[in-house]
Amino acid sequence: MTSATNTRAIDPAAPGRGRTTPGGFPAATASGTSPARDRQAEYHTLMRKWWFGAAVGAPTMVLSYPWLIPGLRDIFPRDSDQLWWLWVAMGIASLAVIVYSGNQFFTGAWEALRHRSANMHTLIAIGTGTAWVYSTVALFFPQLFPSAEMTDVYYDVTVVVTALVVLGMAMEVKARGRTSEAIEKLIGLQPKTARVVRDGLEAEIPVDEVVVGDVVVVRPGSKIPVDGVVLEGASAVDESMITGESMPVAKGPDDEVIGATMNTTGSLRFRATKVGADTALATIVRMVGDAQASKVPIQRIVDVVSGYFTPAVVILSILGFVIWYDFGPAPAFTYATIVAVTTLIIACPCALGMATPMSLTTGVGLAASHGILIRSGDALQAAKKIDMIVLDKTGTITVGKPAVTDIVPADGFEVDAILALAAAAERDSEHPLAAAIVEGAAERGLTPLAPTSFEAVPGHGIRAWLGERRVLVGKRAFLEAAGVKAETLEADAARLADEGKTPVFVALDDRAAGVIAIADPVKADSQAAIAALRKLGLQVVMMTGDNRRTAEAIARRVGVDRVLAEVLPQDKAHEVRKLQLEGRTVAMVGDGINDAPALAQADVGFAIGTGTDVAIEASDVTLISGSLRGVVSAIAISRATMRNVYQNLFGAFVYNGLGLPVALGVLYPFIGLLLSPILAALAMSFSSVTVISNANRLKRFRLQEVPA
Amino acid sequence: MTPDQIIVTVVGLAAAVGVAWFFWFKRNEGVQASTVSDGYQEVMILVKGGYTPDTIRVAAGRPVRLLFRREETAACSERVLIPDFARSAELPAGEVVPVEFMPGEPGEHEFTCQMGMLRGRILVEAA
Repeated sequence: MTSATNTRAIDPAAPGRGRTTPGGFPAATASGTSPARDRQAEYHTLMRKWWFGAAVGAPTMVLSYPWLIPGLRDIFPRDSDQLWWLWVAMGIASLAVIVYSGNQFFTGAWEALRHRSANMHTLIAIGTGTAWVYSTVALFFPQLFPSAEMTDVYYDVTVVVTALVVLGMAMEVKARGRTSEAIEKLIGLQPKTARVVRDGLEAEIPVDEVVVGDVVVVRPGSKIPVDGVVLEGASAVDESMITGESMPVAKGPDDEVIGATMNTTGSLRFRATKVGADTALATIVRMVGDAQASKVPIQRIVDVVSGYFTPAVVILSILGFVIWYDFGPAPAFTYATIVAVTTLIIACPCALGMATPMSLTTGVGLAASHGILIRSGDALQAAKKIDMIVLDKTGTITVGKPAVTDIVPADGFEVDAILALAAAAERDSEHPLAAAIVEGAAERGLTPLAPTSFEAVPGHGIRAWLGERRVLVGKRAFLEAAGVKAETLEADAARLADEGKTPVFVALDDRAAGVIAIADPVKADSQAAIAALRKLGLQVVMMTGDNRRTAEAIARRVGVDRVLAEVLPQDKAHEVRKLQLEGRTVAMVGDGINDAPALAQADVGFAIGTGTDVAIEASDVTLISGSLRGVVSAIAISRATMRNVYQNLFGAFVYNGLGLPVALGVLYPFIGLLLSPILAALAMSFSSVTVISNANRLKRFRLQEVPA
Repeated sequence: MTPDQIIVTVVGLAAAVGVAWFFWFKRNEGVQASTVSDGYQEVMILVKGGYTPDTIRVAAGRPVRLLFRREETAACSERVLIPDFARSAELPAGEVVPVEFMPGEPGEHEFTCQMGMLRGRILVEAA
């Protein structure tokens, strides 16, 4: 096969082609023909078929062997006319079961045959059909058989096998519905209406009619209808359904809000920025659907096997028949037929076919419910294999925004006074550290004075006049050049620098007033998350453009194994490549925009903290929330899912690998064991239900299981 | 060996070979996609126990639109996947669902149901 062509430019579900509703969700989920409803109808049909089969099956089982049952033995003795008529009635009843309960096997087998392919239906149709034809021939033309003992009927096989397989299919449909619950839950999050302000009037309109630029009003306790940016108001918003973060997030002007999240106590007015198919929720639903329908790489092998599987079973059953006919005990024809039928029925191509897709669907859905979007089965399998994880420092381990972390006053100065002085001097400066100081002052409720004049000395500091008083803010050398002695603060400054912070000296007139430390603060949960990553057996690497001293200080605090410092932004992808050349399978965690090349280079790229911008192309896994804990969860879920895939595949292979030889009678010469076709049907239905149940077990996976 | 055993053996082995030939050695020419007014190469595919047609021939370098029409309720065929082009679609019974992609190089690609039970081929030929 040639390599795939990237065709992202063409959208398979392009709007206007009847596949999307104005709300942006697949039409199939919004209209009457939803897969869930299809599935429900299918389930009810199958259950009706099962009940009919079971109702006929119970008496058929008993009446097939009346001589084994004391009371019936006298009413229907062997070779009696009554028994013959009873069996004729059973033949008609079992034909009714074939026609009503089992018709899909025969039509399915016929459709497949027309495509020169074979599937489960083929096997069941040949198996049950053979039993019925054999019985009917034995009943009406017993003279064709060399001995009387070969003329027993096997209508019970036809009826009970049909009923059991139909029951298995019904349970399968039900369980399959459960695997896609996650995506249906996501779709269900979408609010139906929105309150918007148009022409000065507030009105409730259907959410489909909200357009970009509308001013949307959100009352306490109601859902945020679409994505947007807050204009006014303050509230805490519960975003757990989208981001997986359990704590409500404070929102104020200029903050981003995500549609389908829940406003708590305050009121908000926001401007809609993304509506319809562009909202984060619609994108998530689309991505999850695509990922669930993708293939885990291992399935390509399974596909090859299952392509040969069903015809191989037919061939095996023919060979089984021949061997039993030639070498088996008498009556050879009867034994040979039973073996052939049992072999056809016990084989379960479904368990093989469903093993991977079921786990994938459940695993991807589980991840989505924690705000983790896994792009495809490839990403899932790759995430299981990684042994090294590279974390971009800024914005991943740290908040990504410098802030005042410490203030050390000199004797005779107050903490707030120092900050107010520095903020006054820096008020009109454009230096990034200046912004941190001004914001730090604002956070403490300080109102800095306006400077009478100020002068920036690039690379050194700032000199400002507040009336008659001179304020200096900058490096120690800058202060000393102006005649201010600062050696009393030097020890504190050195300590702060060792902690990875930038010390800024402040002087008032001729006296050193104190040191302000500025740093990009480490996120509250980074340290715990990094420890958890290491417990998962990963080597954790921090990558940063910072100088080595600052980088190592942060590395020590959060506990990474290795530091790549002084890496220029354009070299990040190259650094990842170098680690891969060391023989590592490397995951990269970054912000998805600046780190896009490095994310693409890594074996698995995690884009973190994307908010409403969920469709980051460069990443394999997108974390809507900004917490590194999400990476831990994503890896844990990927591993659990792949483990589930392997369990299912192992189960399916072992089941077929053991079941087929036993059905063929391999054990008969040794312990006289020959499986009945009815037991085979039971085992076959059970095996496919087991595969799906095991996949559903994944849903019980709790993130508490992740080491913390 | 008795005569009947010889007959059963010969017929059985012939049947086994016949089954192998019937299912594993099929080759069909496939159906050539026709180009429609918007430049897409389009084929209607019926989904019922399999894909009809199950072999589609398209020219490389021009966009393709496969129109799937599912006429059954059996859950097996409810999704179609074209893994090499990262495409998939849910197929509600009775609806026509378009799936579009751009074949780059000449080659052979598969489309299947989610379980890999129903299969079809897309033959991309040099334009």
